[in-house]
Order: sequence, then C-alpha cells, then structure tokens
Amino acid sequence: MGSEIRTALPEVKVGLLVIGAGPAGLAAAVAAYDRGVRDILICERQDFAGGILPQCIHNGFGLKRFGEELTGPEYAGRYEKMAEERGIRIEYGATVTKLSNDRRVTVLSESGMKVYAADAVILAMGCRERPRGALPVVGTRPAGIYTAGCAQKMVNRMGLLPGREIVILGSGDIGLIMARRMTLEGAHVKAVCEVMDHPGGLRRNIVQCLDDFGIPLYLSTTVVEVEGEDRVTAVTVAEVDERRRPIPGTERRIECDTLLLSVGLIPENELTRQAGIEIDPVTNGAAVRENRETSIPGVFACGNVLHVHDLVDFVSEEGEIAGNAAADYLAKQEKIETAPVARVTAKNGVRYTVPELIGEGETKNVTVFFRVSDSFRDATLVAENENGVILSKKVRRMVPGEMQRVDLPREKLVGEVTLSVAPQGNS
Amino acid sequence: MENVEKIRRFPCTVCPMGCELTVDTGSLEVTGNGCPRGKAYGVAEVTHPTRTLTTTVALRGTDRVIAVRTDRPIAKELLLPAMDFIRAYAAPETVKPGDVLVEGFMGTDANLVVTGK
Amino acid sequence: MYTITQYDAIVVGGGVIGCLCARELTRLGARVLVLEAKSDVAAGTTAANSGIVHAGFDAETGTNKAKLNVRGSAMMPGLTRDLSVRYRQIGALVAAKGDEGLAGLSILLERGRKNGVAGLSIVRGEALRALEPNLSPDLDCALYAETSGVVCPYGLAIAAMGNAMDNGATLLRNTPVTSIEKCGGGYLVNSIYYAPAVIDAAGLAAHKVAALAGIGGLKQHPRRGEYLLLDRTCGGVVSHTVFTLPTKAGKGILVSPTADGNLLLGPTAEDLPEGANCAVTAAGQDKIMATAKAMVPSVPLGGRITSFSGLRAVGESGDFEISYNDGFVVLTGIESPGLSAAPAIAELIGEKLGEAGLLPEKPTSGFDPIRTVVRPKEMTDVERDALIRRDPAYGRIVCRCEEVSEGEIRDALRQNPPALTLDGIKRRTRAMMGRCQGGFCTPSLLSLLSRERGIDETEVKKNEGESFVAHERTKGGNR
Repeated sequence: MGSEIRTALPEVKVGLLVIGAGPAGLAAAVAAYDRGVRDILICERQDFAGGILPQCIHNGFGLKRFGEELTGPEYAGRYEKMAEERGIRIEYGATVTKLSNDRRVTVLSESGMKVYAADAVILAMGCRERPRGALPVVGTRPAGIYTAGCAQKMVNRMGLLPGREIVILGSGDIGLIMARRMTLEGAHVKAVCEVMDHPGGLRRNIVQCLDDFGIPLYLSTTVVEVEGEDRVTAVTVAEVDERRRPIPGTERRIECDTLLLSVGLIPENELTRQAGIEIDPVTNGAAVRENRETSIPGVFACGNVLHVHDLVDFVSEEGEIAGNAAADYLAKQEKIETAPVARVTAKNGVRYTVPELIGEGETKNVTVFFRVSDSFRDATLVAENENGVILSKKVRRMVPGEMQRVDLPREKLVGEVTLSVAPQGNS
Repeated sequence: MENVEKIRRFPCTVCPMGCELTVDTGSLEVTGNGCPRGKAYGVAEVTHPTRTLTTTVALRGTDRVIAVRTDRPIAKELLLPAMDFIRAYAAPETVKPGDVLVEGFMGTDANLVVTGK
Repeated sequence: MYTITQYDAIVVGGGVIGCLCARELTRLGARVLVLEAKSDVAAGTTAANSGIVHAGFDAETGTNKAKLNVRGSAMMPGLTRDLSVRYRQIGALVAAKGDEGLAGLSILLERGRKNGVAGLSIVRGEALRALEPNLSPDLDCALYAETSGVVCPYGLAIAAMGNAMDNGATLLRNTPVTSIEKCGGGYLVNSIYYAPAVIDAAGLAAHKVAALAGIGGLKQHPRRGEYLLLDRTCGGVVSHTVFTLPTKAGKGILVSPTADGNLLLGPTAEDLPEGANCAVTAAGQDKIMATAKAMVPSVPLGGRITSFSGLRAVGESGDFEISYNDGFVVLTGIESPGLSAAPAIAELIGEKLGEAGLLPEKPTSGFDPIRTVVRPKEMTDVERDALIRRDPAYGRIVCRCEEVSEGEIRDALRQNPPALTLDGIKRRTRAMMGRCQGGFCTPSLLSLLSRERGIDETEVKKNEGESFVAHERTKGGNR
C-alpha cells in the first residue's frame, strides 16, 4: 500500500457487466457467453447467487424451462452450475452504488470501491416489496408486521418463526405460499385477505396453500387498522367497494400476533433512474425495445427489475433475450444508434406491454409480453396501428395475475401500435 | 334411500391452463378436463390426494436450517405428521443439495432430499 | 441493604433535553446520571418530531419559548457540527393569502424582530415563486426566515448522550423513576441514586415525577401529532420548510425536507387524555394529505413510505414551565419549540445550578465536546474506498435502500449509547428507514444484533416490553 494517494477511484475495463446474479442475471450472462462474449462480470450484492430463489424453498419452478417441478434453490442451482461451468466471474458482496449514462458502474465491496467502465451493462436488480407504510393502514406500529418475503427469509433461511397467530393481507403467490409455510411450521393462519374480488395467485396455490389447510380467504377485504403497543395484538379488516375503499360498518376485529403483507412488488430502479434511463410509468421499469435495450445504447434490462414476473421460467427467457442482445451489441463494429420503428402502447383492458418499443431486427415475429387489467374469458386480443389490424386473436382466459404473451409479425410493427382487449367477452 | 352423490369442483394443477374440474366422488366421473392427465389428476385428488412436501430441517449442533423436499408427492394427510417428524429430526451439518436424508420417508416411496445449501 | 450511589446531578428522561442537559452538566464538571424509563434515549417525544429548528418568531415576546428558541437556534449550527449531527439551515416560509394573510405575516415579522431573530423578510409574488416554485399559487405572500433549519432530532439526542457518556456520564435505560425522597440537602431517587440536583426532563411524565418529589399542582396533557413521510426522491419538491399561518392549536401542518432528505408532512394536533398512544388515524392522515396538497399541489403522495405519530406535553400556561425548587428542576409544557430550545435550556439549567452552588467549582478540563461518527455516504468515493480498505466492514452493505454498511451497524451497537434494539439501530444508522422499511434488511439486523449482544435472535426486540421480532425457532435450536 505504501504512500499511494488516490485522487480518483481505480477504473477497470470490462466487456459485459451484469448487475445481479439472480435468475435474470445468471440467465443473461450464460446466454451472452454462449453467444461468444468472454469478458463477463456479474456483480451480486449478497454473498450468494440466485437472488430471491434460495428462500423460495417450495416447488413449482422450471416446469416450462426444464420440464421439471423444481424448488427455488434447485432452479437457482441449475443456473449457478451453468455459470460455473462457463467460468463466468461473479463478485459477491458487491453493491453497485452508481450507474452513469456512459456505462460507468461504481461498485462497493469489502475490498473497497472501484469503477467498472463497461462496454455493455445488463440491469437485473430485481424488485422489493411494498411496505405497510405505503398503505393506508392506521393504528400503531408494533413488532409483528412483516412483508411476506421478509417472513419467508426468517423462516426458510434462519429457522425463525415470526409469530403464531397470523393474518395475511394479499392473496398473491407470496402470501399464499407463506400461508402454507407458516401452517406447516405450527402457526395458525387465521385469514388471508384480498382487496380485489378475485384471488391474486395461481389457482393451484389456492388449493394447496389455503384449501388444504382450511385457511379462509376473504375477497374484497382489506386490513384497515393494527392494534398492539409492543407487538401486534389484533387487526381490523373491512370489506371494500369496487373502488377498493373500505365500507363503513363492515369492520371486523381479528386477534393475532402477526400481520404478513403481500401487497405488491416494486422494481428496484434506483440506479436506472440515476442513469437517466427512460422509465415506463406503469411497470416502473425501464422502457425497452424487444431486445431489452433501454434508452441508453448498450444498457439492457431483464427480469423483475423490468417488470414483475410470475414465472421464473419467463425471467430466464427474458434474461436470455437481454444476454443475446448484449452479445450482438458488443460484436457490432460500428455502434450506430437507430430510432425505434414502432412504439407499443397498452390500451383498453391491457395494463402494460414489454417491450414498449420495437427496434430494427431480423426475426419474423416479436414476442410482446403484457398484463391485462381485468379478468377476461374468451376475449379478443387486438393489435393495431394506423394501417389497420395487425392481429386479432381470441384468448380463452386472461387474468391480471398471469403474464401473457403474444407473437406479432415484425413487418407489420411500424408507427404507433396499440394492444387492447376488444369490449365484449368480459368475465 | 337415495344415494346423494357428492360433487367436488376444483382447478386442475397439472399445467397452467387450470381447467375447472368437476368430479363425482361416487362414480369418479371427471368432466371439465382439457386432457387425459387432468382426468387422472381429478380422480387422484378425490381418492388419494398427494402433495410434495417442501420445508426446512435443522442442522445438527447449529442454529441453522436447510431446505428439503420429498422427491415425489406423498399422501396429503401425511403432511402435518411429517412436520412433527421433521421438527424432531436434525441433519448432519455437511449435507449438500441432492443428498438423501431419509429413504422411504414416512413409510412412502418418496425420499427426503436436500435442496438448499 | 442497598448501596447508595452519589452523583452531582441526576437527569430524569433521555429525550433531547435530558441528553443535552447531561452533556452540559458533564461539561461543567458534574458527575451525571441519566435515568431513562424506556429501552433507549430519544424514544418518546423526541422520536416523532418534525425536526425543525425554528427561527423564533412564533412565540410571544418575553416568554421562555421565545428567549430559549432564539438562543437554541443560534447554538444549533456549532452544536451539530461538534456532535456530527445532520443539520441543514434551509430556511422557512410561512405562506399566506391576500391582505388578511399579509397582516398575519406582518405580526410574525414584528414579533420576530422583537424576539431578536435575524434574516426575516416578507416575500411576495415573483420573488416568492422563485424561492418556492411548487408552492400553491393561492399562497401569494410569505414570511421568509433564513435562520430556520432542520435537524435530526433523535440523532441530536443520541449524539449528546453519547458525548456525555464518553466524558464520564452514566446512562441507565429501562429505569423508570419510582420514588424520590428529599433528604440531606439532596434527593434520593429509587432509593439508590442520590444527588443534590435533579433535572426532571421526563417529558409527558414530568408532572408525575415532580409529584413524586412533592412538587404538585403541575398539569400537562398529551397532544398527538401524526406525520406522513415521503421517500428521499421526493425531498426536492420544496427547498424550504413551508408553513401556513399558525393558529391556537399551534404552528400547523408543514411540508418540509428533513435533514436526511426525505419529505415530511405534519404534524396534526389532537389533544388527548393521559395514557394516549402513538397511533395513526384515518382522520389525521387524511387531514395531513389534504393540507399538504393545498400548500404544495404537486406533493407526490405516491412516494409515501411510512406514517407515524408522537405525543408532546402541553402545559397549562402555554409557555415552557421551568421551576428550580431547591435543586429539583422541573420542565413541563415542553412542546414546540422544545427541540429548537433544547441547547439553550441545557445551558440555562447549567447556569442556574452553578449559581445555586450545586455544581463543582470549575468545569472539567479534558471535556471533549467532539463526537465523531463514521458516515461513509458523506465521504467522497476515494475517502470511502480508503475507509473500506482500513475496515472492510464498511464495504458490506446491509440496508440497501439507505446504503448502510455492517461497519456502521457495528458502530451503532458499540458506540455510546449502544443500540440495544432494532429501533435503536434504526435511529443511529437509518437502516430500515428507506423505501422498503426494513423488508429486506430486518433478518440481517436480527443476526447482527443477536451476535453482538450474545442473545438469541428470538430475544431481539423492536423497542420496548414484549416487542420480540422472532417468536421462536422453528426447529428448537441446537441439537
């Protein structure tokens, strides 16, 4: 070390820098490698790879990807092995603190800080859970209120049971999974409340997490108040109207010592915003082209940081799209920026689409992922632009809790393309 | 006296289509299935429902736990008794993903296998 | 037989005033004992506080509030610098409407000048727009107070207490005062602590502590104030603390950046009977949102991350009530501007006790007024890199929303006064105060706390009493 005086952080060149070694980042790195990229570094802030998967010890992962029903750790293990076999470097305990618009990535770890000057960057930072504080739940702030993911980490990674008498708000998959998990570990799950008029998670989970254990599901119901000074002693739930507002007079008190919240995931785009990348206000992730390139050339995004997924299999698929695109970008001698040829906008019945933009490409079709804002049965999905209808397709079942996909012919994707659900067929 | 047939309705979980099955628990007639696998599932679900158990076990001599699963589904009614067994059980600290902890778990043909690290 | 420990002064209450008194009396050479009923300092009124260091134009001229606010506000920059506490002199605007509003502002301006407040002026129209572009166009005039600032209230209390302890003061937490006997020229507290001087800075309980010492007739009641906190990305919506004209209930709901860069809305003012709790209500939250929107229409309520409430003690006279009863100093009615006045109150008590001959002859030599805290985020990248190379714990990030490292948490668990609970870590490091509100880092903090204190994770508390975070182990622990 000696008398070395630093005036600036050391800068290291790297070909492809992937932020996050979760399922998206791992899949992206593996794909980039298989497409010829060799100088790859994944920066992972935790001490282990796999992102959220190591704590998702239940099965149901990989049905599409591997044709098997794997647990989270097993699924992550497959990709970790692929990365290891390819000699892809992963830096653990490495937190990215800054991302500049010219692909300079400031990384902090226990060996110090440095700046990676990357030729291409893939954003795979995942998402966080919406906390109690973001909800209009009044009352006190005792111990005993956890987001479902936090409780999951306590139970599955630390062997700690958060509480014994549980109320869960949110019937998305995480809430349902935790209802089962807590029950298996001896807790009493008294209720799962869901603010919508339909359950949020997969039907298989309703059966295997609630019905199997006789746990009641209260739809159109939310938690309005928490009681308890040091620790939760009760919650008050109430029914809600079609605008999700509590209906006075429907309040019911449930004694409990724990409230688990499964009320939404928010993509972690602190760095994305810092870099000045254009964000889609509906997904809260970057607005991207079909190759997952953001508004900064050479910066790509995939996985939950782009839009919250339901199936990790799609996350891996999206990681591959980004990894391949990054590889193609790096291989290009001249990096000419081209304007997008089309913009895809969500309309009636469709909440958002990824991608939001279509660039120049060679594939015959472009896969557009989207979510609907309502439940539809036997409805017609319509893609159109100023030239007319691009696609009109009857779909048997579309629900908000399940990400949808549709293949659109690339040659027709020009100008302002809208994706919507035709008015009839509302279930 | 007339036999009152009990009808059960539930979603099939074999694939993401989630067809709504209707099963007559007396005659075991299944309707609503979109494929033969769904029909088999419908029958199994009312006659001998099974579930894969995924949970954690303690690591001997430590405060830590490790994720485990049954490598195939076991009878649904064995889930909670299985948890009692698991609460009393501790695995050696050196186990790795894929290791079999218990063969013929709870008297079934499933093994209890390590999945976590 | 109990051993009686003797001190020069006993401070009852570890709020910001009690902590600053402890520090000031220690500086003056006294051996000080602080008795705090709760599990940590700054856990009462000081915790749920708007953190505004008021300029001092609000209180009636000649009152304790006015004098001590102005003096305290002047002391704050130097004090916060010595204690490494976050303080920003961002200025304040009391915004109003029309001629009637202007008349109200003029009264404040006049009063402020009489109180000795510098940097006061009336701004209107374009000048006001330039100062605060997001202010509602309905509000066309304002009193601009340049000396107004924002500070971290519990940060100040913790730092003052820590500095006092580094210089020899003693802090006992989880120690409510249960008895006070007047004897031998001093006071015997809880039958085992003796001192010729007692400072009753017990906040909401101050009148009850005073009654234990035979000083009756003091009345206080709790006034609850709810707040709503927005994410740090919303902190730039306004650049000053924005008020509207005060009413009888107080200064009203304000919109302000905090010392840490969040946006704070509140407080409400709800007079309650004794024993009230710190709950948040629908009515209170609605009122805050409506008022804030009326003041700053573009206030980004979608960026809300938490709501909380606190209780302040309101006395009968409307002013700070400070009495000296033969070495037993009682402070009641310490509501706003209590935080702003706190350094001055400590200074005043030091003076009074000195005059009464209750303190040692001369101040301690060797009193070090400086407290340093390692704050990696306030360093340049190069400095931070060097820090991590010396001490790698600062390179392991635990709370990602606020970028808090393991090193900082370790410091919070060791530096005076050490954190004993999750809330203690939170207030010292900002872990769990970010946008995920501890959803990600709570498990790690449980581990760090349990490891440092040698307790099981199931024994870790959020704050008081039975606030255990983990109920039990799923597999019954060691086998």
